Amino acid sequence: MDAVFRALADPSRRRLLDRLQAQNGQSLNELCEQMAMTRQAVTKHLAILEAANLIATVRKGREKEHYLNPVPINDIAERWIGKFERGRLVALADLKRKLEREVK
Amino acid sequence: MSTKFVYVTYIRTTPQKLWDALTKPEFIKQYWFNMTQECDWKVGASWKMLFSDGRIADGGEVLEIDPPRRLVLRWHNEFRPELKAEGDSRCVYDLEQDGDVMKLTITHSSERDNAKLIEAVSGGWPRILSSLKSLLETGKPMPLSHQAPKT
Repeated sequence: MDAVFRALADPSRRRLLDRLQAQNGQSLNELCEQMAMTRQAVTKHLAILEAANLIATVRKGREKEHYLNPVPINDIAERWIGKFERGRLVALADLKRKLEREVK
Repeated sequence: MSTKFVYVTYIRTTPQKLWDALTKPEFIKQYWFNMTQECDWKVGASWKMLFSDGRIADGGEVLEIDPPRRLVLRWHNEFRPELKAEGDSRCVYDLEQDGDVMKLTITHSSERDNAKLIEAVSGGWPRILSSLKSLLETGKPMPLSHQAPKT
């Protein structure tokens, strides 16, 4: 669990996860686009995310596809969310999204 | 293009216990939203996922089986017309020993772009895998795993 929190503590790594959530299965080349950093830096961030099990990779020819793996984040969520709270939290998150959309 | 999700979890258990947890109905029911599965677990056997009231949720067929290492299912939805219309998806379970833990990889894919079936199950898989891990490591499933996700 420490590895997951350390991996998530960096904004560039969270951005990489956001990019995979928007489009799963991207290659290193695709992920390097729009990231204001070197290919080496992106590779290093991806390795940290993979070591924390936040992304899973699949070899495809000479490239690797990267997939967002939300299982460790779910493990963390379930640890601190009680049995009856989940429905209410989903409702609150929906409300927040809706209200913030109206403000924009 | 196609739609694919990959889920990975590491579980402190043995290959046989993990295989049993994935294929024995009495085990499955404990961590899979009270649902169970019916299957003879051999190539070509029909596979069904059932709600606790007996209605069929999903159906399919065993395409490959190699206990306790690999299972490949043809998988289609049976209870939501818009998902049923998408036809078959493919779900692969890979079990690998990694030191004293087991690495379980679930790869669920469809030939279709933006397949709604794959999106629908994507809310469920992380919760099923968290609960399976908890069940095998502590003897208790996650309390939330009995509530089906909102889809």
